[in-house]
Amino acid sequence: MELASALPAKKTGASLAAKLKRWLTPLIVPLALLLTWDLWVRMTGTRLIPPPRDVAIMLYDFTFGGVYDDAFSKTIHIHFWKSVQRVYGGFFAAAAVGIPLGLMIGRIKLVRDLLDPTLQILRPVPVTAWLPLSMIFFGLGPNAAIFLVFLGAFYPIVLNTTFGVRSVDHRLFEAASMLGCNGSSLFRQVVLPAATPSIFNGLRLGHGFAWILIVVGEMTGVPEGLGAVIMDGRTLSRTDLVIAGMIVIGLAGFLTDRMIVALNNRLLAWSPQHHA
Amino acid sequence: MPEAGLHRSARPTLAVKGVSKRFTIGDQTVEALRDVNLTINKGEFVCLIGASGCGKSTLLRIIAGFETATAGAVEMYGSPITAPGPERGMVFQDFALFPWLTVKENIGFGPRQRGLPKENLDELAARYTDMVGLTKFADYYPSQLSGGMKQRVAIARVLANDCEVLLMDEPFGALDALTREKLQQELLEIWERTKVTVIFVTHSVEEAVVLSDRVVVMTAGPGRIEQDARIPLARPREVSAIDFNQVRRDITQKLTSHVGVKSAPAAA
Repeated sequence: MELASALPAKKTGASLAAKLKRWLTPLIVPLALLLTWDLWVRMTGTRLIPPPRDVAIMLYDFTFGGVYDDAFSKTIHIHFWKSVQRVYGGFFAAAAVGIPLGLMIGRIKLVRDLLDPTLQILRPVPVTAWLPLSMIFFGLGPNAAIFLVFLGAFYPIVLNTTFGVRSVDHRLFEAASMLGCNGSSLFRQVVLPAATPSIFNGLRLGHGFAWILIVVGEMTGVPEGLGAVIMDGRTLSRTDLVIAGMIVIGLAGFLTDRMIVALNNRLLAWSPQHHA
Repeated sequence: MPEAGLHRSARPTLAVKGVSKRFTIGDQTVEALRDVNLTINKGEFVCLIGASGCGKSTLLRIIAGFETATAGAVEMYGSPITAPGPERGMVFQDFALFPWLTVKENIGFGPRQRGLPKENLDELAARYTDMVGLTKFADYYPSQLSGGMKQRVAIARVLANDCEVLLMDEPFGALDALTREKLQQELLEIWERTKVTVIFVTHSVEEAVVLSDRVVVMTAGPGRIEQDARIPLARPREVSAIDFNQVRRDITQKLTSHVGVKSAPAAA
């Protein structure tokens, strides 16, 4: 199919063909996966996994209603919005704490000696292991979920920021001090911009973890949210609902990641090798 | 023969007094400099030349204030140097430009630290950008420039910050031969025009003879000054002239008479 549509374009101009190629190439693997999924369900005749068509219908009903008219029909916006609030509540809190902390750990030896070992001990603890404690700390509800998302996003942000500060070319500090830039303005004018590529690396990783952890976070007994929908689907053996929830999370994570990449490319216009 | 440095005043700008420097690497102590004395007058163009390990870059970094001497002191107008300062501008071999700032922002970085009002800052940055011939590239980032252009920015950056002594650490070492020659000429023009004092570290005898009023030959193990010679050639200098070759040969001999005797390992 891709070949058929790409061939006539070649006559009208190479740039159009190139554009089509750029848009179609990323679609090959998802389409092939869909096809494999469909064929596999047909061939094995399994009842455990719905075919793509059923999931598409579920997604339609989830979005617009009018098919099943049950508790999940036309509720996507409610669940999506709840999850977005928790994901970004946790993510922005992680960035607000992680970036300044990472800058200080990277630049100030006392802060590094004080905090780094503790962070390195806490870091390998799986976020899921925090689930019971976070429910004790924050009770049943959204705050426990936000805390878990925060924890997941925090470590990559703080570690990458620290790394970014530590790897700034020492000559830049010499150049800055020779030009009369010291103290807090050195932090703002040299340390922060020089560490920006690594900070964005951390933000992208942390943002990914934030979406990953929304399902765990919404295991904490919240009625609404994409993670809660997936947990409900599991309890009700509604596999089409589970997969629909997975697809929505995947797409939301993908689209918001593109936004971070766009911001990254804008802020790092000076450094083409850091463009994603 | 006309004496190139004579039209400049003989007021000493910099005085290096009995400077020694020892580094400790692991449990080994390396004596980079031993009892170095040097006086540099205002407006002079002085080249420090020597094989690797002779301490010429260390001496420059002590003058810049990036390193402290183990013994002795460097004085500028009679007061000792303790830290880096705008009056001594370093031009690094690897440029050390701020990659997130454009050409004109890099050049305006120093003046901006002094809180210059925006219109003065723009005017100053534009003037120095023009001086190094980069007006068309004022809004480019360093990653978009050639090595020669980057080094022009680095020179303009310290000059825009009113530096009185230009400290250059093998500044053209990373450039190709044609660019290097062009930049040498541009540097001489800037030096003539601004009357800035230049201390220029190089390991190229030809570069030293083309550029400087004085060539200070250093030897390694421990680093010290072997010879401090005036270059008795009129400017502009022609590298293919007979007298140029004579001077070059003399300095090369001075330099190589030690390489291969006791400082051979350091030179390798």
